[in-house]
Amino acid sequence: MKTPLMLAGLLIATSAVADETPVFTVYAPDYFASDWGPGPAIEAGFEKTCGCDLRFVTGDLLPRLMLEGATTEADAVIGLNTDVTARARATGLFAPHGQDTSALTLPIAWSDDIFLPFNWGETAFVYDETRLANPPKSFAELLEAPDDLKIVIQDPRSSISGLALLLWVKAVYGDEAPAAWAKLAPKVLTVTKGWSESYGLFSEGEADMVMSYTTSPAYHIIAEGDTTKHAAIFPEGHYFMTELAARIATSDQPELGQAFMAYIMSDDFQGMIATANWSYPARFTPESLPEGFRTLPRPARTLFYSETEAEALRRPALDEWLAAFGG
Amino acid sequence: MAGGLRRLSAGLPAGLAAGALALLVLGTLGAVARQAGGFGGLRGSDLGALRFTLMQAGASALISVALAVPLARAIARRRWPGRQAFVTALGAPFLMPVIVAVMALIAVFGRSGALNRGLDALGLPTLSIYGPQGVVLAHVFLNLPFAARMILQGWATIPAERIRLARSLGFGPAEIARHLERPMLRAVLPGAVLAVFLVCLTSFAVAMTLGGGPRATTLELAIYQAFRFDFDPGRAASLGLLQVALCLAALAAAARVARPEPLGAGLEQGRALPAPGGWRRLGDGLAIALATLFLLAPLAAVTARGLAGLADLPPGIWPAAARSLWVAVGSGVLTLVLALPLALGVARGGRGLELAGMLPLVASPLVLGTGLFLLLRPLAAPADLALPVTLAVNAALSVPFALRILIPPARQLRDDYGRLAAALDLRGLARLRLLVLPRLARPLGFAGGVAAAFSMGDLGVIALFAAPDRATLPFYLYGLMGSYRLDAAAAAATLLVALTFALFWAFDQGGRRASA
Repeated sequence: MKTPLMLAGLLIATSAVADETPVFTVYAPDYFASDWGPGPAIEAGFEKTCGCDLRFVTGDLLPRLMLEGATTEADAVIGLNTDVTARARATGLFAPHGQDTSALTLPIAWSDDIFLPFNWGETAFVYDETRLANPPKSFAELLEAPDDLKIVIQDPRSSISGLALLLWVKAVYGDEAPAAWAKLAPKVLTVTKGWSESYGLFSEGEADMVMSYTTSPAYHIIAEGDTTKHAAIFPEGHYFMTELAARIATSDQPELGQAFMAYIMSDDFQGMIATANWSYPARFTPESLPEGFRTLPRPARTLFYSETEAEALRRPALDEWLAAFGG
Repeated sequence: MAGGLRRLSAGLPAGLAAGALALLVLGTLGAVARQAGGFGGLRGSDLGALRFTLMQAGASALISVALAVPLARAIARRRWPGRQAFVTALGAPFLMPVIVAVMALIAVFGRSGALNRGLDALGLPTLSIYGPQGVVLAHVFLNLPFAARMILQGWATIPAERIRLARSLGFGPAEIARHLERPMLRAVLPGAVLAVFLVCLTSFAVAMTLGGGPRATTLELAIYQAFRFDFDPGRAASLGLLQVALCLAALAAAARVARPEPLGAGLEQGRALPAPGGWRRLGDGLAIALATLFLLAPLAAVTARGLAGLADLPPGIWPAAARSLWVAVGSGVLTLVLALPLALGVARGGRGLELAGMLPLVASPLVLGTGLFLLLRPLAAPADLALPVTLAVNAALSVPFALRILIPPARQLRDDYGRLAAALDLRGLARLRLLVLPRLARPLGFAGGVAAAFSMGDLGVIALFAAPDRATLPFYLYGLMGSYRLDAAAAAATLLVALTFALFWAFDQGGRRASA
């Protein structure tokens, strides 16, 4: 609660309890909380106009919602991922976002009236040109690369990017996915719990490539002035990942929820995503992107499974993956 | 009648502590199962996870303890300048947050670590840390120091009278081993193996990062999968129950093997054993030198990596560090409040107390956190409970370690002074103040230090309770890692190691001072 009460009081002068700023609770993933994540900027930006106290509750977003059900104290959530929205939708906890999605600039069509994308990116293997001079130029080349090319990936059972990799391989290789994993498995140095550990191992020079995002090099360019990190762009296509926000239907502050959805679509919000989240904003023009993002190579093909497809595929794809590692 | 009441009042704190721990572990399991509408069936892959878990925990425990025995003996019978500092520094790996320990090991044993660069320069084949061998290596790195300290305490409990007798009888090293050391080890080792085994049973981050792939799936990862990937809390509860069953089985096995063999009463402890010369001197020196290299090189590597970034740490880290510190101190104190009555109760012969005290070791942090969340949510906003819950859970999780440290000296105390205290009718608070606290000050300080350090590095259970403005230092470190800021994360790790160690040192020294 950083905004002065005075401002809030002015805005809700009609309210009988004008001196009590309403609290607007938003569930979000852990990374929102950190000082350099998007959380603090979103909080400050929204509180400028909402006359409310936006509070982020961070942690295991979906498991928490599923445990709480209709008794949840959340008014909205931000940071869900498409590959799990089928389960989220099935809870029936969400209300329509009411925004015009035609303004979105995603590489895929988006018409969902419940889940509103606020950023996106694509899966990619990131490498350091000083350590890997000749990176594979396609997924096929990666599979055929010698086994001493070491990659580090995330476990789909604990990590959303790990799950995205499963779906990426499935989208490229379909029924041949088990054979692809069999070729990939010997190159996997290790499988980590989350993206952070993987990226840490890669940065310490343990692996030649790391499963990350096409936008990862932007961090190194903008924050470190380092242009040696690249995402290997594969002609087979890259898997699309987007993070979503939604309103909770049982919230007793639907107007604030609507205002929050509108704020997500605003220039203010969209403008800070690139460097707070190191991903593409859901709505941008080439000019509105920071310099380091404009020059990033973009894949020619974007691969994506709808949530229904992803839900149906995740279990068999996991079993194939486990089998390839003999686990 | 009066005697019965007296016994009851002596047993009451122990009973309360045991009840609280059992309630925490089993109650949270029950809450998760109730939410799920019952315990769920296991999958075929869960059996593989069980097999891998048992194998790695067994190997880690046996190797850790096997290496700890010669190390502890070398420390027990040698005196050299800086010995005390060495013993304290020995605790470092055990006190490191797991995520930092893994970073430290990779700096030395990793693909581009110091060891492999050296081997490569010499034209020798390189070694891989990724795979089951890496998991065991990390567990030995983390647990060897704790095992050595537990065993070292066994040496310290050999009464000085016995050592003087051995000297006057002209015992050589072989006779000392047979008559003094082996009976002591017989009493201490099963507990040490058990403790390390149980710690490794719930290993998660180590096994995942160094495991090399899904072959290295532990039960804790299976629980994680049940919650996260399958949204099947019923199965998670079943897996949690399986872990508890393993704990019971391991405790029963250790109880069969252990033979609490009192070496008789003594007025004085901690007298040095005769230090044999010749090859034994060389062997002891080698054990100490190798342990120093193995345990401290990774620590030095990870600390050095972060030094440069210390000045540039974001300001938000200081409140997080302060939060971690007070949670750790509180947790250390609460651990002692729970563990001391339990240890005294176990020394009086309460087997059930030991069982309750060891249970938290195998409580899955994920089940514990979820269960607490379900139980406490109707009572208060989870975010407001973040730090109290962290404090309490960290204390509960530290009790098993504290017990392993406190039970042997508590038994010794009872053997040495039990009859005298009874004859003097010394009981209640007077007994605590005049007898128990002075005689147990040293192990109490050590146990409190371990508990505080353990709490400092823990990030386990608070995921569901977390609030942005209540992040602890490990949480903050993880946030830095998660946003590409790896240099800052390395600096945060250095800070974390330094604070943790300072805290441990303060508790440990406090115990020494009070006992001197």
